[in-house]
Amino acid sequence: MYKFGVIVFPGSNCDHDSYHVIKHVMGQGCEFVWHEDTNLSRFDCIIIPGGFSYGDYLRTGAIASLSPIMDSVEKFASRGGPVLGTCNGFQILVEAGLLPGVLIRNSSLQFVCRWVNIRVENNKTAFTGNLKGGDVLRIPVAHGEGSYYCTGEALKALEENSQVVFRYCDGEGNVTPESNPNGSIGNIAGICSKAGNVLGMMPHPERCSESVLGGADGKLIFESVISWLGLGKKTKSKA
Amino acid sequence: MKEFKVKVEVRLKPVVLDPQGKSVLSALANLGFEEVHDARVGKLIELRIKDGSAEGVRNRVDEMCRKLLSNPVIEDFVVNIEE
Repeated sequence: MYKFGVIVFPGSNCDHDSYHVIKHVMGQGCEFVWHEDTNLSRFDCIIIPGGFSYGDYLRTGAIASLSPIMDSVEKFASRGGPVLGTCNGFQILVEAGLLPGVLIRNSSLQFVCRWVNIRVENNKTAFTGNLKGGDVLRIPVAHGEGSYYCTGEALKALEENSQVVFRYCDGEGNVTPESNPNGSIGNIAGICSKAGNVLGMMPHPERCSESVLGGADGKLIFESVISWLGLGKKTKSKA
Repeated sequence: MKEFKVKVEVRLKPVVLDPQGKSVLSALANLGFEEVHDARVGKLIELRIKDGSAEGVRNRVDEMCRKLLSNPVIEDFVVNIEE
Protein backbone atom coordinates (compact mmCIF):
# COMPACT_ATOMS: atom_id res chain seq x y z
CA MET A 1 0.00 0.00 0.00
CA TYR A 2 1.27 3.46 -0.89
CA LYS A 3 0.73 6.74 0.88
CA PHE A 4 -0.80 9.58 -1.10
CA GLY A 5 -0.93 13.20 0.07
CA VAL A 6 -3.72 15.50 -1.16
CA ILE A 7 -2.74 19.16 -0.74
CA VAL A 8 -5.53 21.42 0.52
CA PHE A 9 -5.51 25.16 -0.21
CA PRO A 10 -8.19 27.65 0.84
CA GLY A 11 -10.73 27.15 -1.97
CA SER A 12 -9.73 23.63 -3.05
CA ASN A 13 -12.90 21.66 -3.82
CA CYS A 14 -11.79 18.41 -5.46
CA ASP A 15 -9.71 17.40 -2.45
CA HIS A 16 -12.40 15.12 -1.00
CA ASP A 17 -13.11 13.46 -4.37
CA SER A 18 -9.38 12.77 -4.79
CA TYR A 19 -9.14 11.39 -1.24
CA HIS A 20 -12.18 9.18 -1.81
CA VAL A 21 -10.78 7.67 -5.03
CA ILE A 22 -7.31 7.02 -3.57
CA LYS A 23 -8.58 5.59 -0.30
CA HIS A 24 -11.84 3.83 -1.11
CA VAL A 25 -11.59 2.98 -4.81
CA MET A 26 -7.86 2.31 -5.08
CA GLY A 27 -7.45 1.03 -1.49
CA GLN A 28 -4.32 3.10 -0.84
CA GLY A 29 -3.28 5.21 2.14
CA CYS A 30 -4.27 8.86 1.87
CA GLU A 31 -4.01 12.01 3.97
CA PHE A 32 -4.97 15.64 3.48
CA VAL A 33 -2.05 18.07 3.78
CA TRP A 34 -2.76 21.72 4.65
CA HIS A 35 -0.92 24.16 2.37
CA GLU A 36 0.95 25.71 5.30
CA ASP A 37 2.61 22.38 6.16
CA THR A 38 6.04 21.66 4.72
CA ASN A 39 6.75 17.99 5.40
CA LEU A 40 6.00 15.53 2.61
CA SER A 41 8.58 12.90 3.54
CA ARG A 42 5.95 10.28 4.46
CA PHE A 43 4.32 10.28 1.01
CA ASP A 44 4.87 8.24 -2.15
CA CYS A 45 2.69 10.45 -4.38
CA ILE A 46 1.31 13.99 -4.16
CA ILE A 47 -2.02 15.15 -5.61
CA ILE A 48 -2.75 18.85 -6.15
CA PRO A 49 -6.53 18.90 -6.50
CA GLY A 50 -8.90 21.10 -8.44
CA GLY A 51 -10.94 23.98 -7.11
CA PHE A 52 -10.66 27.74 -6.87
CA SER A 53 -7.68 28.31 -4.60
CA TYR A 54 -7.73 31.87 -3.25
CA GLY A 55 -10.84 32.56 -5.32
CA ASP A 56 -8.73 32.58 -8.53
CA TYR A 57 -7.62 36.10 -7.50
CA LEU A 58 -4.95 37.80 -9.62
CA ARG A 59 -4.44 34.74 -11.87
CA THR A 60 -5.65 31.17 -11.36
CA GLY A 61 -3.17 29.31 -9.15
CA ALA A 62 -0.89 32.37 -8.74
CA ILE A 63 -1.29 32.86 -5.00
CA ALA A 64 -1.46 29.15 -4.13
CA SER A 65 1.81 28.63 -6.04
CA LEU A 66 3.53 30.73 -3.33
CA SER A 67 2.17 28.68 -0.39
CA PRO A 68 4.79 27.18 1.97
CA ILE A 69 3.94 23.63 0.83
CA MET A 70 4.95 24.36 -2.77
CA ASP A 71 8.69 24.46 -1.96
CA SER A 72 8.28 20.98 -0.51
CA VAL A 73 6.33 19.83 -3.59
CA GLU A 74 9.16 21.12 -5.79
CA LYS A 75 11.74 19.22 -3.73
CA PHE A 76 9.56 16.08 -3.77
CA ALA A 77 9.32 16.35 -7.57
CA SER A 78 13.02 17.06 -8.07
CA ARG A 79 13.81 13.82 -6.22
CA GLY A 80 11.62 11.98 -8.74
CA GLY A 81 8.43 11.72 -6.66
CA PRO A 82 5.21 11.55 -8.70
CA VAL A 83 3.02 14.70 -8.58
CA LEU A 84 -0.41 14.98 -10.23
CA GLY A 85 -2.16 18.34 -10.61
CA THR A 86 -5.71 18.31 -11.96
CA CYS A 87 -7.57 21.42 -13.11
CA ASN A 88 -6.68 24.15 -10.56
CA GLY A 89 -3.82 21.82 -9.55
CA PHE A 90 -2.46 22.10 -13.11
CA GLN A 91 -2.84 25.90 -12.94
CA ILE A 92 -0.88 25.92 -9.65
CA LEU A 93 1.89 23.73 -11.12
CA VAL A 94 2.46 26.09 -14.08
CA GLU A 95 2.40 29.18 -11.85
CA ALA A 96 4.92 27.48 -9.55
CA GLY A 97 7.18 26.80 -12.54
CA LEU A 98 7.05 23.01 -12.14
CA LEU A 99 5.54 22.80 -15.62
CA PRO A 100 5.98 25.25 -18.52
CA GLY A 101 3.33 27.55 -20.01
CA VAL A 102 0.14 28.92 -18.53
CA LEU A 103 -3.65 28.35 -18.56
CA ILE A 104 -5.68 31.31 -19.74
CA ARG A 105 -9.37 32.16 -20.17
CA ASN A 106 -11.28 29.72 -22.40
CA SER A 107 -11.53 31.10 -25.93
CA SER A 108 -15.36 30.93 -25.64
CA LEU A 109 -15.23 32.99 -22.40
CA GLN A 110 -17.64 30.40 -21.01
CA PHE A 111 -17.14 28.01 -18.12
CA VAL A 112 -17.02 24.57 -19.74
CA CYS A 113 -18.46 21.67 -17.75
CA ARG A 114 -18.91 18.49 -19.78
CA TRP A 115 -17.47 15.15 -20.83
CA VAL A 116 -14.62 15.26 -23.35
CA ASN A 117 -12.33 12.73 -25.00
CA ILE A 118 -8.56 12.85 -24.63
CA ARG A 119 -5.94 10.88 -26.54
CA VAL A 120 -2.88 9.45 -24.83
CA GLU A 121 0.22 10.90 -26.50
CA ASN A 122 2.85 9.66 -24.06
CA ASN A 123 2.53 6.48 -22.01
CA LYS A 124 6.03 6.70 -20.52
CA THR A 125 5.04 9.00 -17.65
CA ALA A 126 4.49 8.03 -14.01
CA PHE A 127 0.72 8.35 -14.55
CA THR A 128 0.15 6.75 -17.97
CA GLY A 129 2.21 3.54 -17.91
CA ASN A 130 -0.83 1.25 -17.98
CA LEU A 131 -2.19 2.99 -21.09
CA LYS A 132 -1.22 2.69 -24.74
CA GLY A 133 -0.30 5.58 -27.02
CA GLY A 134 -3.45 6.48 -28.99
CA ASP A 135 -5.86 5.22 -26.30
CA VAL A 136 -8.89 7.49 -25.92
CA LEU A 137 -10.20 8.31 -22.43
CA ARG A 138 -13.66 9.74 -21.77
CA ILE A 139 -13.32 12.20 -18.91
CA PRO A 140 -15.05 15.35 -17.59
CA VAL A 141 -13.70 18.92 -17.66
CA ALA A 142 -15.00 21.84 -15.57
CA HIS A 143 -13.09 25.08 -15.93
CA GLY A 144 -13.17 28.70 -17.04
CA GLU A 145 -9.42 29.10 -17.49
CA GLY A 146 -8.23 25.95 -19.20
CA SER A 147 -6.81 27.18 -22.45
CA TYR A 148 -3.20 26.02 -22.49
CA TYR A 149 -0.76 28.57 -23.87
CA CYS A 150 3.01 28.77 -24.20
CA THR A 151 5.45 30.46 -26.57
CA GLY A 152 6.24 28.83 -29.92
CA GLU A 153 9.69 27.95 -28.67
CA ALA A 154 8.32 26.33 -25.51
CA LEU A 155 5.78 24.38 -27.57
CA LYS A 156 8.54 23.06 -29.82
CA ALA A 157 10.47 21.90 -26.74
CA LEU A 158 7.34 20.21 -25.32
CA GLU A 159 6.77 18.32 -28.57
CA GLU A 160 10.43 17.34 -28.97
CA ASN A 161 10.63 15.99 -25.41
CA SER A 162 7.25 14.17 -25.71
CA GLN A 163 5.92 16.25 -22.81
CA VAL A 164 2.42 16.51 -24.31
CA VAL A 165 0.63 13.68 -22.50
CA PHE A 166 -3.03 14.20 -23.50
CA ARG A 167 -4.80 16.01 -26.37
CA TYR A 168 -8.50 16.72 -26.73
CA CYS A 169 -9.92 14.54 -29.52
CA ASP A 170 -13.15 13.11 -30.85
CA GLY A 171 -14.47 9.68 -29.84
CA GLU A 172 -12.28 7.99 -32.49
CA GLY A 173 -9.09 9.71 -31.35
CA ASN A 174 -8.94 12.35 -34.09
CA VAL A 175 -7.53 15.64 -32.81
CA THR A 176 -9.95 18.20 -34.28
CA PRO A 177 -10.76 21.87 -33.58
CA GLU A 178 -14.36 20.84 -32.69
CA SER A 179 -13.12 18.54 -29.93
CA ASN A 180 -11.11 21.32 -28.26
CA PRO A 181 -13.29 22.67 -25.41
CA ASN A 182 -11.23 25.74 -24.50
CA GLY A 183 -8.91 26.87 -27.32
CA SER A 184 -5.73 25.21 -25.99
CA ILE A 185 -2.85 25.35 -28.46
CA GLY A 186 -2.29 21.97 -30.08
CA ASN A 187 -5.47 20.69 -28.33
CA ILE A 188 -3.27 20.18 -25.26
CA ALA A 189 -5.17 18.74 -22.27
CA GLY A 190 -2.19 17.64 -20.17
CA ILE A 191 1.60 17.92 -20.07
CA CYS A 192 4.39 16.42 -17.98
CA SER A 193 7.81 17.46 -16.74
CA LYS A 194 10.88 16.41 -18.74
CA ALA A 195 11.43 13.49 -16.36
CA GLY A 196 7.76 12.44 -16.65
CA ASN A 197 7.03 12.37 -12.91
CA VAL A 198 4.99 15.61 -12.75
CA LEU A 199 1.70 15.59 -14.69
CA GLY A 200 -0.70 18.50 -15.03
CA MET A 201 -4.07 18.04 -16.74
CA MET A 202 -7.29 20.06 -16.99
CA PRO A 203 -9.71 17.06 -17.05
CA HIS A 204 -10.73 15.42 -13.78
CA PRO A 205 -9.74 11.73 -13.44
CA GLU A 206 -11.00 11.74 -9.84
CA ARG A 207 -14.53 12.46 -11.12
CA CYS A 208 -14.63 9.36 -13.33
CA SER A 209 -13.06 6.51 -11.41
CA GLU A 210 -16.25 4.57 -10.66
CA SER A 211 -18.78 3.40 -13.24
CA VAL A 212 -21.65 4.68 -11.06
CA LEU A 213 -20.44 8.19 -11.99
CA GLY A 214 -20.89 7.52 -15.70
CA GLY A 215 -17.37 6.40 -16.50
CA ALA A 216 -14.28 4.90 -14.90
CA ASP A 217 -11.48 5.85 -17.31
CA GLY A 218 -9.89 8.11 -14.69
CA LYS A 219 -9.06 5.03 -12.65
CA LEU A 220 -6.51 4.02 -15.31
CA ILE A 221 -4.41 7.05 -14.33
CA PHE A 222 -4.40 6.16 -10.62
CA GLU A 223 -3.71 2.48 -11.42
CA SER A 224 -0.80 3.58 -13.58
CA VAL A 225 0.94 5.51 -10.81
CA ILE A 226 0.42 2.61 -8.39
CA SER A 227 2.10 0.27 -10.92
CA TRP A 228 4.85 2.86 -11.44
CA LEU A 229 5.48 3.08 -7.68
CA GLY A 230 5.69 -0.73 -7.61
CA LEU A 231 8.40 -0.70 -10.28
CA GLY A 232 10.34 1.96 -8.32
CA LYS A 233 10.20 -0.07 -5.15
CA LYS A 234 11.54 -3.13 -7.02
CA THR A 235 14.42 -1.12 -8.47
CA LYS A 236 15.24 0.24 -5.03
CA SER A 237 15.27 -3.19 -3.36
CA LYS A 238 17.55 -4.58 -6.11
CA ALA A 239 19.97 -1.69 -5.58
CA MET B 1 10.89 57.89 4.29
CA LYS B 2 8.52 59.16 1.64
CA GLU B 3 5.18 57.75 0.64
CA PHE B 4 4.83 56.75 -3.02
CA LYS B 5 1.71 55.98 -5.02
CA VAL B 6 2.47 53.23 -7.48
CA LYS B 7 0.33 52.10 -10.38
CA VAL B 8 1.17 48.80 -12.03
CA GLU B 9 -0.46 48.19 -15.40
CA VAL B 10 -0.50 44.53 -16.41
CA ARG B 11 -1.38 43.75 -20.01
CA LEU B 12 -1.58 40.60 -22.07
CA LYS B 13 1.28 40.47 -24.56
CA PRO B 14 0.24 41.45 -28.09
CA VAL B 15 0.74 37.87 -29.34
CA VAL B 16 -1.68 36.44 -26.75
CA LEU B 17 -5.31 36.23 -27.87
CA ASP B 18 -7.62 38.21 -25.57
CA PRO B 19 -11.15 36.73 -25.73
CA GLN B 20 -12.34 39.22 -23.09
CA GLY B 21 -11.21 42.15 -25.26
CA LYS B 22 -12.93 40.58 -28.29
CA SER B 23 -16.15 40.30 -26.31
CA VAL B 24 -15.91 43.96 -25.21
CA LEU B 25 -15.27 44.94 -28.84
CA SER B 26 -18.39 43.17 -30.06
CA ALA B 27 -20.49 44.62 -27.20
CA LEU B 28 -19.31 48.13 -28.12
CA ALA B 29 -20.24 47.48 -31.76
CA ASN B 30 -23.71 46.35 -30.62
CA LEU B 31 -24.09 49.68 -28.78
CA GLY B 32 -23.31 51.56 -31.99
CA PHE B 33 -19.64 52.33 -31.28
CA GLU B 34 -18.62 50.90 -34.62
CA GLU B 35 -15.50 53.08 -34.90
CA VAL B 36 -13.74 50.84 -32.33
CA HIS B 37 -11.64 48.28 -34.18
CA ASP B 38 -9.68 46.74 -31.31
CA ALA B 39 -10.13 46.32 -27.54
CA ARG B 40 -7.89 44.60 -25.04
CA VAL B 41 -8.51 44.20 -21.32
CA GLY B 42 -5.73 44.49 -18.74
CA LYS B 43 -5.36 45.03 -15.01
CA LEU B 44 -4.45 48.03 -12.87
CA ILE B 45 -2.90 47.36 -9.48
CA GLU B 46 -2.45 50.35 -7.13
CA LEU B 47 0.09 50.18 -4.31
CA ARG B 48 1.10 52.64 -1.59
CA ILE B 49 4.70 52.18 -0.56
CA LYS B 50 6.99 53.82 2.01
CA ASP B 51 10.59 53.99 0.85
CA GLY B 52 13.60 56.30 0.79
CA SER B 53 13.75 56.85 -2.98
CA ALA B 54 11.79 56.36 -6.17
CA GLU B 55 14.60 54.21 -7.50
CA GLY B 56 14.30 51.90 -4.48
CA VAL B 57 10.55 51.64 -5.08
CA ARG B 58 11.08 50.83 -8.75
CA ASN B 59 13.47 47.98 -7.97
CA ARG B 60 11.13 46.47 -5.39
CA VAL B 61 8.04 46.79 -7.59
CA ASP B 62 9.86 45.25 -10.58
CA GLU B 63 10.63 42.28 -8.33
CA MET B 64 6.97 42.10 -7.19
CA CYS B 65 5.87 42.07 -10.81
CA ARG B 66 8.25 39.27 -11.74
CA LYS B 67 7.37 37.15 -8.70
CA LEU B 68 3.62 37.66 -8.40
CA LEU B 69 1.83 40.55 -10.07
CA SER B 70 2.41 39.43 -13.67
CA ASN B 71 3.08 36.16 -15.45
CA PRO B 72 5.97 36.73 -17.88
CA VAL B 73 4.70 33.98 -20.22
CA ILE B 74 1.63 36.00 -21.21
CA GLU B 75 1.86 39.46 -19.64
CA ASP B 76 3.88 42.69 -19.80
CA PHE B 77 3.87 45.29 -17.04
CA VAL B 78 4.44 49.04 -16.76
CA VAL B 79 5.17 50.74 -13.43
CA ASN B 80 4.21 54.36 -12.77
CA ILE B 81 5.50 55.97 -9.57
CA GLU B 82 4.21 59.20 -8.00
CA GLU B 83 5.50 60.80 -4.82
